[in-house]
Amino acid sequence: MSKLEIQNISMTYHTKEGETSALSDINLKVEDGEFITIIGPSGCGKSTLLSIFAGLIEPSNGKILIDDKEIKYPCSQIGYMLQRDHLFEWRTIYKNIIIGLEIQNKLDKDSIENVENMMKKYGLSSFKNYYPHQLSGGMRQRAALIRTLALNPEVLLLDEPFSALDYQTRLAVSDEIYCIIKNECKTAIMVSHDIAEAISLSDKIVVLTKRPGTVKSIHDINLEIENRTPLKAREAPKFREYFNTLWKELDVHVE
Amino acid sequence: MSNEPYSKEHQEYLKKAKNRKTAIIITQILILVIFFVQWEITAKLKIVDPFLVSQPSRIIKSLVKIYNEGTLFRHIWVTCYETIVGFVVGTLLGILIATILWWSDFICKVLDPYLVVLNALPKIALGPIIIFWAGNNQNSIIIIALMISLVVTIISVLSGFQEVDEDKIKLLKTFGANKFQILRYVVFPASIPTMISALKINVGLSWVGVIVGEFLVAKEGLGFLIVFGGQVAQLDMVMMSILILSLVAYLMYEVVALFEKKFVKWKS
Ligand SMILES: Nc1ncnc2c1ncn2[C@@H]1O[C@H](COP(=O)(O)OP(=O)(O)OP(=O)(O)O)[C@@H](O)[C@H]1O
Ligand SMILES: [Mg+2]
Repeated sequence: MSKLEIQNISMTYHTKEGETSALSDINLKVEDGEFITIIGPSGCGKSTLLSIFAGLIEPSNGKILIDDKEIKYPCSQIGYMLQRDHLFEWRTIYKNIIIGLEIQNKLDKDSIENVENMMKKYGLSSFKNYYPHQLSGGMRQRAALIRTLALNPEVLLLDEPFSALDYQTRLAVSDEIYCIIKNECKTAIMVSHDIAEAISLSDKIVVLTKRPGTVKSIHDINLEIENRTPLKAREAPKFREYFNTLWKELDVHVE
Repeated sequence: MSNEPYSKEHQEYLKKAKNRKTAIIITQILILVIFFVQWEITAKLKIVDPFLVSQPSRIIKSLVKIYNEGTLFRHIWVTCYETIVGFVVGTLLGILIATILWWSDFICKVLDPYLVVLNALPKIALGPIIIFWAGNNQNSIIIIALMISLVVTIISVLSGFQEVDEDKIKLLKTFGANKFQILRYVVFPASIPTMISALKINVGLSWVGVIVGEFLVAKEGLGFLIVFGGQVAQLDMVMMSILILSLVAYLMYEVVALFEKKFVKWKS
């Protein structure tokens, strides 16, 4: 049984200017606890796909199963992390983290305790009453992740979660976020532009074709190292091999 | 962090900044003093005609007189009251209408051209009609003041609402938020700075409305004193009212600015 199963998803956008076919006939299976990354050329429909998983838009066709049951939205089993952290400047870090709980009316003793534990575990306790602008980019990203985890989702969706950070921070933060996700035993689906980042984090990489996006190929990533972390992964001998394969697969060329 | 002793350089810097600030304030006060002193002297020496431009000592005399009559604070209070009601109600009503327009895209699109026309129309032109409808009394003054700020508020607050980051709304939607929750958790709080700046602008606009309104209908208030003083050729009374008006308007602006500081403390 797969954790998440995507069947024949297609999506066409209708606007006054015309219609855009963004995705066509996507099929995918994601196992429990897996970290998969979707890569593909710009505009091939990656964000669209995540928005469909998150229930923000309805696909023109197809269905999504979670634990073999068709998803009904809003779905608390799925958590979405956007490209920027989008912490609300007018709320303190703690207030930001509990906003999902507030909205779903789930603010009770257990959920608060859970949030406080996570804040302690991931080093945010002492910044509880700070405002977002007083925190570093990495801490903000961690706070955003805990905000998503506070609702206890089983599957996490991440849309280029590190792209707003500079290169150094990006390496450190992706390491942190990876460890948190593994530690909390979540299934994760990430979208990325960055082949190296995809290899360093994922168990599986899905390559999409140009628009309308459809699955071109799926690559299992097995770096054959112990205690894998994204930083260590980048030093694995097999890293370059995967990089070259995916580079060819993506068929990147400057026109 | 703040308890650490500062370096010598930083202390120098702080001292310089403080000195500069003192210099600015002293110069500001000096300008005021020089202005009034030269006014008094030139009027006394008949270089300028005190009948036309009045004179500080005569203004004070007029102030004492009206104070002894016991109506000074009554006049100030009436005008302040009208202004405060005008801008508070104008702002709140404006925010309410902007909220309705944000809620329903259809109504918003339908009303758009009307708002543009209303915004372009000089609201003072409606004065006579308002007096006709609301009566020759204080209500008309308040309505004129309110009308002036209302449309601007609707337009600026609505555009503030519409500029709220789409992704922040998207984030709340992933939590399953409904439209009311989106309004409450993101659109409203994110627009508080816009609302407060609307409030600040409205304070000024409301004064204009109230004074014009008092010109037209009032039997008391600072605007009334100005027109009345003009009619009976009492420039001392006119100047006195204008000075009080400037002072009160300034104080009111400062109060609103303080209010702003309190409410947007999350801004760095
Ligand atoms: N709301 C929308 N209305 C109409 N067309 C849209 C909409 N959103 C996306 N599209 C179109 O659908 C296609 C896929 O967009 P999407 O954002 O999913 O791509 P992406 O793979 O995430 O791109 P990027 O790599 O640049 O992030 C694009 O051609 C885009 O122009
Ligand atoms: Mg995208």
